[in-house]
Amino acid sequence: MATASAAVRRDWLVGYTMVAPVVLGSLAFVVLPLGMVVWYSLHEWNVLANTFTFVGAENYQRMASDPGLTDALLATVWFSVGLVVVNIALALLLAVLLNQKLPGTTTFRTFFFSPVVVSLVAWTIVWSFLLQADGGINGFLSVLGVEGPNWLRHPTTAMIAVIIVQVFKNVGLNMILFLAALQGVPEELQEAARLDGAGAWRRFRSITLPLISPTILLVSIITIVGSLEVFAQIDVLTGGGPGNSTTVLVYYLYQQAFRFNEFGYASALAVLLFVIVLVLTLFQWQSRKRWVFHEV
Amino acid sequence: MSATARRGLNRWLLVLLLIVLSVPFVFPTWWMATSSLKPMSEILSRVPTIWPQDPTFEAYGRVFTLQPFAQQYWNSLYIAVLVTAGTMLVSAMAGYAFARIRFPGANALFVLVLVGLLVPSEVTIVPLFRIVNTLGLIDTHWPLIVIPVLGAPAVLAVFIMRQFFLGLPTELEEAGRIDGLGRWGVFWRIALPLSRSALGAVAIFTFLKSWNLYLEPIVYLSSKENFTLPQALTQYVDAYGGPMWNVQLAATTLTVLPVLAVFLVAQKQFVQGLAHSGLKG
Repeated sequence: MATASAAVRRDWLVGYTMVAPVVLGSLAFVVLPLGMVVWYSLHEWNVLANTFTFVGAENYQRMASDPGLTDALLATVWFSVGLVVVNIALALLLAVLLNQKLPGTTTFRTFFFSPVVVSLVAWTIVWSFLLQADGGINGFLSVLGVEGPNWLRHPTTAMIAVIIVQVFKNVGLNMILFLAALQGVPEELQEAARLDGAGAWRRFRSITLPLISPTILLVSIITIVGSLEVFAQIDVLTGGGPGNSTTVLVYYLYQQAFRFNEFGYASALAVLLFVIVLVLTLFQWQSRKRWVFHEV
Repeated sequence: MSATARRGLNRWLLVLLLIVLSVPFVFPTWWMATSSLKPMSEILSRVPTIWPQDPTFEAYGRVFTLQPFAQQYWNSLYIAVLVTAGTMLVSAMAGYAFARIRFPGANALFVLVLVGLLVPSEVTIVPLFRIVNTLGLIDTHWPLIVIPVLGAPAVLAVFIMRQFFLGLPTELEEAGRIDGLGRWGVFWRIALPLSRSALGAVAIFTFLKSWNLYLEPIVYLSSKENFTLPQALTQYVDAYGGPMWNVQLAATTLTVLPVLAVFLVAQKQFVQGLAHSGLKG
């Protein structure tokens, strides 16, 4: 018994050693900074003036009456909703198309996936050129006899442009995840429904969609949370403009911290961002019972 | 029209649809690579030319003279390699222990680690900037290596590795035990080699994430010799702040084509690795 217990304890030690790097890392680089950001958010902190004064909830009161933040939240909602809807719909469409027995599906899969491995800033730079007033997109449109807008300089089209660039960049990843899920749908079910006279759309809605719903849930969580973190694309494409039409919450936070040196207010914004991510994730997790066919 | 003929026609319509849909995915990269060989006047032509009329490598020379581009390339490369190797090791160990070893507090520690999944890097950027500053590591590569390997970005990797090890049959490990291997022996000699596909997926997305890192470098780094590629690419501007398109496209091509080439060669493993990494839930 004594030897067994020594062996068990040796096993524990191996366990602790193996998880130590990531546990200590999480404490140092996740939990500690989270605590610090909450603490900072209760302070008025100007780096240039070197002042750090406790102000309680003042930064949060300022948030409530900050029109810049209202704009940023609106921009964030537009971007997230637009991105998630277009991204999931397109990913699903591509996956369904590639799941047919068509010639060249491997090649098409490679095409749709390739932007995922192109570096983000590189992809964005190329698109920023193509989207200029006299850039390639409008060049193509003019061949078709359409006068294209100055995409990145109009408030409405700037947001659309950012969404489109981001969708083409990453939709391949979601497509692959959907494709893997579609290939797990049993052929017999489809066949049985076909014999019962169900058309393609009916089969998709009543059989395929429920069966791949766990993947749809997972992909939408990843995509929504990812959409809240969009930064490089905004910085390179529009710099938050025109006006502040594409200044999403993360970009606003960055500006407050590293352009205006308002670390206290930026920290309060960071707390808000964390709460939003937390609520969204928990909400989606809770709602899974209602629309996910079988458990993840 | 007969049913077979109609099905045949439908198939070709679907292929046509796929061809049209693939244009915005493929054209930008193609246009980038070919335009880097064009003179400025041709790049600016209203309707994009598919192939350079008069190819020149002039812009490629300027990529290296305007900035220490070779140094920046090396920075991105070695940082991504270190982060990838570090993350693979750390996540495989932690994933294995969380999946296979019963030790007191394992669940609590796992939940603690999972918090990282809920924390976008932007939330903690201000405190992390302060920590890095206090340690005197601003304008060094340390924060770009250590934080991703041990902090929030590694958590997804830990999760994927844990999922993989949970699904690994225990018989294989018991065989190793009988042959006299200890925990570490079983991990190194049996579990780790079997986890190649999951490790591959972790390696791929960790490398890409590090290679693409943008916010952190612009916050932590200030001198051009220390810049990484995403940051360096935005610096090719003329005296008036206007982008030097041909040079920028040449530099962009240099950062994109190697990764793209590796992807095209290893495409199959790459895509399957991601699809079967436990990410599908």
